Amino acid sequence: MHLAYPAVLAALLFCTGLYGVLARRNAILVLMSVELMLNAVNLNLVAFDVWLRDTLHAGQALTLFTIAIAAAEIGIGLAIVLMVYRNRGTSDVDRLRDTAEGHEPTPNHRSEVTA
Amino acid sequence: MSTTTLAVLVPLLPFLGGVAGLLLGRTAPGFVRPLAILPTLATAVLAVLVAVRQGGGKAIDASTLLTPTGSVPIELSLHVDGFAALVAVLVGVVATCVQLYSTAYLREDPRYPSYAGLVSLFTSAMLLVVYTGDLMVLLVGWEVMGICSYFLVGHYWETEAARSASLKAFLVTKLGDVPFLIGLFALAADAGSFEITKVLGTVAAGGLDHPTLIALLLLAGVAGKSAQFPLHTWLPDAMAGPTPVSALIHAATMVAAGIYFIARLLPVFAASSAALVVMAVMAAVTMVGSGLAALAQDDIKRVLAYSTIGQLGYMTGALAVGDRGAAVFHLLSHGFFKALLFLGAGVIIHAAGTNSLAAMSRMDGLSKRIPDAFWTMTIALLALAAIPPFAGFFSKEAVLVAAEQTATGHSEFAPGSAGWVVLVAGVLTALLTAAYATRLWLMAFRGRGAAAPDHGKEPIAMTGVLWLLAIPTIGLGLAADSLADWFDGRALTPTLVTSVLGTGAAVVGVMLTYALWQRATAKAAAVAATASVANGVAAAAAVAATVAESAAEAPEVAEVTHDHPAAAAGPAADPGKVLLGPLHRHAAVGFHLDAVYARLFVRPVLAAASLVRFLDREVVDTYVRGAGAAPRLFGSLVRRAQTGNVQSYLSALFAGAVVLAIATAVLANINAGS
Repeated sequence: MHLAYPAVLAALLFCTGLYGVLARRNAILVLMSVELMLNAVNLNLVAFDVWLRDTLHAGQALTLFTIAIAAAEIGIGLAIVLMVYRNRGTSDVDRLRDTAEGHEPTPNHRSEVTA
Repeated sequence: MSTTTLAVLVPLLPFLGGVAGLLLGRTAPGFVRPLAILPTLATAVLAVLVAVRQGGGKAIDASTLLTPTGSVPIELSLHVDGFAALVAVLVGVVATCVQLYSTAYLREDPRYPSYAGLVSLFTSAMLLVVYTGDLMVLLVGWEVMGICSYFLVGHYWETEAARSASLKAFLVTKLGDVPFLIGLFALAADAGSFEITKVLGTVAAGGLDHPTLIALLLLAGVAGKSAQFPLHTWLPDAMAGPTPVSALIHAATMVAAGIYFIARLLPVFAASSAALVVMAVMAAVTMVGSGLAALAQDDIKRVLAYSTIGQLGYMTGALAVGDRGAAVFHLLSHGFFKALLFLGAGVIIHAAGTNSLAAMSRMDGLSKRIPDAFWTMTIALLALAAIPPFAGFFSKEAVLVAAEQTATGHSEFAPGSAGWVVLVAGVLTALLTAAYATRLWLMAFRGRGAAAPDHGKEPIAMTGVLWLLAIPTIGLGLAADSLADWFDGRALTPTLVTSVLGTGAAVVGVMLTYALWQRATAKAAAVAATASVANGVAAAAAVAATVAESAAEAPEVAEVTHDHPAAAAGPAADPGKVLLGPLHRHAAVGFHLDAVYARLFVRPVLAAASLVRFLDREVVDTYVRGAGAAPRLFGSLVRRAQTGNVQSYLSALFAGAVVLAIATAVLANINAGS
């Protein structure tokens, strides 16, 4: 199989993920997009590993690492999103603007309710 | 104890007393008075002892190297000759009198401890100047006196007048001290030593390269310290200090230091006849100008201040004609009678409750209230007016004789022109001195009007001191013959020509003033009579109110309010006004010299200060503020980008990464292509 197919597929996946990260409002979907980007990278790693005929299979080994770290990351990420949702009543990324310049921390009514 | 040890103790004792007084003043107020009086008294006794042992013979010299400097060494040395011994006696006696007097005069003053300590320090500094044989150590004493006078003149620092007077005294004397310091360095550079005996040796050998320059530089410092024209303006204003301080500054310390300094280094000045002529002219202008100004003053202390300036002019004149014996003789007799005059004036102010002569001339029987002050003041004023046989007559005659001998060409180095200048100014000033002394006496003690307020008997510490000082005021002149041996050996006795000239001028001054006073009194009485007819009881009530008001003021407070004489109760019988005629207006303000200085120096300095202030506030600060404002502006622009939306951050990050990647690729291609 020619290297172009997996490379183009990986690029498409990465771009889809990037679009998701930059454009989606829902935090869970943002996380999913991150997964897409990671998997695009994984695909690249495996493809090039095969293409280069690496005897040590460094690409494949690194892919395993990436998968493991992605699993851990998504676990923590989802937990954070869950907590944010419980606190704020929303997980929309563009509504979580507490760090904006000139933003006054307003008392949050939802948090009292959920707590 | 050896004479050297005694001589070392003389300046040391008041220094220790002063320091102890300053340190213990708060914690142990009971020790303040003994600490003020006893060391000064001991010093006076020791100074007399040193003088007796020295006996006007060979100078006592002792020295120990203070510090190796690499070039000209500074030595802690002692040089006691006849001049030093006698001047130290004067300083000791007057300082003791002042300390005794102050215990009564300032008995209720809350700042008495620091005052007494500073007076002791002042005395010690003057004694250091008198006894030291090293010019650098002399300079130390010289400057300590400057700072002590600053503190003492500003003793009543609550009042604006005292604050500005102390500052003025300090600045004006410092103005002279800068050239003085340069002159000392130039002298030491030429002579290769700071030691006075070695310097004089060099001068005698003709080893001085720039005698005129050095003499003029040193003269500037002396003019500042000894209140000679044109740096005399601080002295009349220094009257804002307590009266005993005036007595100390005017009689024994500070102003005497300048005269004594020239007397010590007279050969240096004599090496340049130009410097002697400058000195003679300076002395003449000082003498005549201060005599005229003294006639126009209303404040009794200012009259005495101008008289001090004039008498210092006599001393400078004597030095200008090269006779330091006459100068120091006049310094001694003037020291005694001027201390007496000031301390007596303090008693008068105490009794009258005012400084103003015009107010005193409207008081009846002031002389009966304070008989001690009246008699001693009369003696001192006679001495001031140089009426024989009081001390002032002999010392002033000594000066005039020296001037006359120089004028007729009998001096070995002083130019004849200097002699003529001093002689003419001296005779003229003798007339003026007699006139203002008479005016002061008539206005203070021969007033007509309401009875003087009764403050009870003056304390013995104040009146006793007056009689003590009256002894040398009467008797010092008779010792002129024996004093000559202590000095250079030149005769100090008066000659017939100058006696007739000087005494004649003095008698004319006295008569003239008395005649004018009688006329003025008659006129004032007539005016008062018409006024009382017109105003009836109101005028009398006003007079009584004025007197009661001034009586109610404490003397210490009244002392500093000398700028507003009680002008309410009609014109005073002032012979000075008639005598001076149109000059009176100018003489009363010291011939506008203060205004001239204000225009020449004060205003340019103030303008320069406001320019600097403008440059600092408007120019320099603009840059500083701009350095802060620009980053703040940029910061607020950058902060706009911080929206809180993570996705826009990431977009920017991504865009940046893309730009960097493209830039890298393009650059790599360009590099590869070239």
